[in-house]
Amino acid sequence: MRSIIKASVATLAATTILAGAAFADSHGMKLSGELNITSDMSNPAPRAVMEGLAAQFDEMHPDLTVNLTIVDREAWKTQIRNSLSANAPDVVNWYAANRMGPYVNAGLFEDVSDVWADEALAGLASTKGAMTIDGKQWGVPYTYYQWGIYYREDIFKELGLSEPTTFDEEMTNCQVILDSGRKCYTIGSKFLWTAGGWFDYMNMRTNGFDFHMQLAQGEVEWTDERVRETFANWRKLIDMGAFIDDHQNYSWQEALPFMLKGEATAYLMGNFAVAPMREGGLTDDQLGFYQFPLIADVAQGEDAPTDTFHIPSGASNKDAAKAFLKFVVSPDVQSDINGGDKLGQLPVNANSTVADDKFIKKGFDMLSNNATGGVAQFFDRDFPAEMASAGMEGLQEFMVFPDNLDDILARLEETRARVYK
Amino acid sequence: MSAPAPSNRSWYKRNEIAVTPWLFLIPGIAFFALYVIMPIFQSFWISFHEWDGLGEKTYVGTAHYERLFGIGDQNMDRKFETSFWNNLKWLVLYLLAIPMGLFIALFLNQTVRGIRIYKSLFFFPFVISQVVVGLVFSWFYLPREGLLNAVLGFFNLGSINILGDPTLATYGIIAAGLWPQTAYCMILYLTGLNAVDPEQVEAARLDGAKGWKMLWYVILPQLKPATFIAFVVTIIGALRSFDLISIMTNGGPFGSTRVLSFYMFEESLSEFGFRMGYGSAIATVLFFIMLGFIVYFLYSMWRDEKEAR
Repeated sequence: MRSIIKASVATLAATTILAGAAFADSHGMKLSGELNITSDMSNPAPRAVMEGLAAQFDEMHPDLTVNLTIVDREAWKTQIRNSLSANAPDVVNWYAANRMGPYVNAGLFEDVSDVWADEALAGLASTKGAMTIDGKQWGVPYTYYQWGIYYREDIFKELGLSEPTTFDEEMTNCQVILDSGRKCYTIGSKFLWTAGGWFDYMNMRTNGFDFHMQLAQGEVEWTDERVRETFANWRKLIDMGAFIDDHQNYSWQEALPFMLKGEATAYLMGNFAVAPMREGGLTDDQLGFYQFPLIADVAQGEDAPTDTFHIPSGASNKDAAKAFLKFVVSPDVQSDINGGDKLGQLPVNANSTVADDKFIKKGFDMLSNNATGGVAQFFDRDFPAEMASAGMEGLQEFMVFPDNLDDILARLEETRARVYK
Repeated sequence: MSAPAPSNRSWYKRNEIAVTPWLFLIPGIAFFALYVIMPIFQSFWISFHEWDGLGEKTYVGTAHYERLFGIGDQNMDRKFETSFWNNLKWLVLYLLAIPMGLFIALFLNQTVRGIRIYKSLFFFPFVISQVVVGLVFSWFYLPREGLLNAVLGFFNLGSINILGDPTLATYGIIAAGLWPQTAYCMILYLTGLNAVDPEQVEAARLDGAKGWKMLWYVILPQLKPATFIAFVVTIIGALRSFDLISIMTNGGPFGSTRVLSFYMFEESLSEFGFRMGYGSAIATVLFFIMLGFIVYFLYSMWRDEKEAR
C-alpha cells in the first residue's frame, strides 16, 4: 500500500503539496508510527482524492506510515459497526447529524472537541452544529453539497420557459412541458431515498425548516393538518403526471437517461448528479440549476448533506489521527479536494476558495445567502433510522398511489409513537 | 482352567463398539453445537431484548412478539403480515417446480443424438447464481425496454410493469425463482428415471397400460424417493428465498414483496436496521415455521427407513 501511495504522490498538484507542507510546519508536530485510515470514498473521483490525501499526509510526516483501506460506500454503511468495535482503524468516514448518533451514544467515536478548539478551525463554524451532540464535537466534515433542481436549460429555452421562483410558476412551467410531450421530473425511487428529497423540500417550503425539524425529532404527529398540507401540495404535481412513470423500478442512476434524452426536463438531486450528467453528454449550456421554488411565505431551508471524518474511540494512534483531521479541514486542502476536477463539491472551511464551476458556485451562493431557514442534512440523516426507513417507504407509496395517503400517514404515526420514546 | 482376567482389558477395549462412533462424531457435534445449536438459542435470547448490536441489551420480555402478532392494544405488524402471506405464496407456487421438473425430465429421458447437450442446457439455470437469475429477470420485466413488454407490444396487448405493481411483483419474483428450481427438480427426476425398473415397464405395457395410466401407476410410484427429495428442497428453497427479492425489488414496491427472511434482514442488518431484538423475534417465528416442515420430513424419512428394514 505504501508503495502505491508513494507512487501516486508524483501525480499530485505541486501547489497542494507546498500548501500542505506549510501547514504541517506551522504545527511542528512529530508524528510517528502508523496511521490506519478506513475510507468509504469508493467512487472513482473521491477515491483518487482520498488516495491523494493519504499520500500527502504520509509525505509530510516522514516517520509516519499511512495505511489506507477503501471500502465500498454502500457496504460501509453496515460494516462500520464491526470495524469500530474490533481492531478499530484510526480514522473513518461517516455522516453528520443523526446518522452518527448511535456511535456517539455507544461510545465508539472519540470526542474531538479539542481539535475544534484550535483557532485554525474557526472557518468551520457553519457546520459545527451538525457535528455536535451533547455539546461536544465528534468528528470533522470534509465536504458537503447542495440539493436543488437540475434542469435542461436548452429545453426550457425552446419552450420559452424561465427558472420558476414560486410553486405556481413551477406548475405553469410543468404544464407547458407536459403539453410538449415530456415529463417534468425524472426520479428513481427503487431505493426510496430520492422520494425523501422531494418530501424534505415540499415540507420545508410548505411549513418551514423549523417545522420540518420538529417532525424529524418526533414532536409533531404525522397525521397533523400541516403535514397533510405538504402532501396536498406534492399531490398537485403527482396528479398532473409531472413525474416519470414506473419510477419505483429505477435507481437514481437508471432515472438519469430520461433527463439525458430529454424525455424529462428536471431532476431534484444532489450536486453529485452533475458528474454523470456531464459524462452522459450534457454540456453546461444545456444543464441549469435553480433553487427549489417558494410555496408558502417561509424562510427557505435547504438540504446540504455533510460527509465527515471521525476517530474511533478504539484508535491506537489518536495524535496522528487528530493531526489528520486538522489537515483535512485546512483551507488549502479544502479548496483543493473540493475543486472542480476532484470532488466537485463545497468546501467546509469558509477560508477556502470555491471551485470555478457553474453548479458549485450557484450552490455556494444559494447556501450562503438564500438558505435563511436553515440547512438540513437529508431525510435519512435527520430522521432516526427506523422512522426514516418506514417514512421513505410511505413516501414512495404516496408517489405511486396518492389515494393511500390516510393509510400511509396512520402507519407513519404508529411508527412515530413507537420510535421516539 | 483359567478364566479370562477382566482387568487385562481396558475400559476402552471393553466398550469399543459403543464408544468409537461417538468419538468420530465429536468434531462434527462440537462444531454443529457451536455454530448451529447455540446461535439458535442465542437468537431466542436476543428476541426478548431491545438491542442495537452495540450497546447494552435491555430486557423487554415478549414485547417484540406482542408487536408482531398485535397482542394487546396494537395492530398486528403490517410488514410481518405481508411477509407471512408472501411466504405462503412462495410455498404454494414454488411447488409448481416439481411437476414442471418432472415433465421436462420425462421429455428429456430419451436417447437421441446430442441429448446430453439438451440436458445440460436445461440444467443451466440452476448452475448460474441466483443474483444473475434475478438480474436477467428484472431486465426481462423492465416496463419500457424489457423483452416481456416488447412481446406484449408486438401482439398489441399493452404494457405491464410487473415488478412495479405491488399486486404482481411477488408473482414475478416467484416466476423467476421457478426457473432454476425447475431445473433442479428435473435433475432429481432424471436420476430417478434411470433407476426405474424396465421389466416393470415392460410388464405394464403387456397389460395394456400406456400414457397417463403408465405414468401414474407405474412410473411415479417408482419415483417416490426423487419426489420426496424434490419436495424437501423446494419447500426449504421457498422459505429461504432472499437473494432474488433483494436483487429484483429490494422488498419493494413499498414493501409488498417482503418475505420473513428479508424482513428479518431488514430489521436487524440493513442500513436502517440494527434492531437486533425485533429481527431475532422474526427469525424465531421463521425458525418454528421451518421446524414444522423439517420435523415432518425427518419423521417420514424415519418411517420409510423403518419400513425398509
